[in-house]
Amino acid sequence: MTTFTFEVLVTLKDGLSDPQGKAVESALPSLGWTNVRHVRVGKHIELEVEAHDEASALEQVRGMAVRLLSNPVIEDYQVLEVAPK
Amino acid sequence: MSGAVPPRVGVVTFPGSLDDRDALRAVEQMGGEAVPLWHADRDLRAVDAVILPGGFSYGDYLRCGAIARFAPVMEPVVAFAERGGPVLGICNGFQILCEAGLLPGAMIRNRSLRFVCRDVWLRVETAQSCLTGDLTPGETIEIPIKHGEGQWIATAEQLGDVEAQGLVVFRYASRTGIVDDVSNPNGATNNVAGIRNPAGNVVGLMPHPEHAVDPDVGPTGGQPLFASLLHVAMAGVTG
Repeated sequence: MTTFTFEVLVTLKDGLSDPQGKAVESALPSLGWTNVRHVRVGKHIELEVEAHDEASALEQVRGMAVRLLSNPVIEDYQVLEVAPK
Repeated sequence: MSGAVPPRVGVVTFPGSLDDRDALRAVEQMGGEAVPLWHADRDLRAVDAVILPGGFSYGDYLRCGAIARFAPVMEPVVAFAERGGPVLGICNGFQILCEAGLLPGAMIRNRSLRFVCRDVWLRVETAQSCLTGDLTPGETIEIPIKHGEGQWIATAEQLGDVEAQGLVVFRYASRTGIVDDVSNPNGATNNVAGIRNPAGNVVGLMPHPEHAVDPDVGPTGGQPLFASLLHVAMAGVTG
């Protein structure tokens, strides 16, 4: 078995209102950044998976992303594999 | 309630549930037998209806209701719902029902980004649900809300189905039943405060009827809702 490390990025779907993103966007001008648009706030989840090979590990993480880490009704996810250190 | 045997209504306590005691108390006050249920149990103790109460189950980590959905008790709850048993989700319980796929849509952060805690008016949209059988569409009731993530939203396809099939049970409205943006406390799509499944035996709502049965502590808009639920549960007992 090998340990594989992944990052899962979860964001609200495009077109859905993102109240947290809006709050950040409206705070930035008070610090002088008046040139920022379309701020989206999401989640970053890191995890290590023990698996026989990379393909199996990736498939499992995708399963986790669909069933628990994201809610497909409102969120999109992206799975990134992190190179071993 | 008349009859020798009152209906048994189970209230599930998850780690982080807050309103389980009030829900149990409301059931007793309205004439039912309140049955405490535990998240780690796989048995519903022969109840005639199930309530998933409000609170912050499992700390609301990841998303509200996301972890609670996989609690051991949810397996028999889902089976009970699929057999037609009445299941009511209040606030966090509504979020759990959505996460479990028993109800369409999902809840996100309130439009205002603020936790909202106040009495609101709801317009009853249908009597075809386990919670509104004793009410008339168009009638308004007053009960409190208290949530930070209560903005109900859905995919365009889900929203189309929900409206076409008349699955909206309650909308945020004025006292006289006008559904407008001013009456919408959290930005919910189409002012949706509560929805049902097509069969009507599963209902979720953000407002808290269990906090609105005792005239000593506020509005009593929750009374007819609990009365409806007990009638449906009673039909299960005698039927």
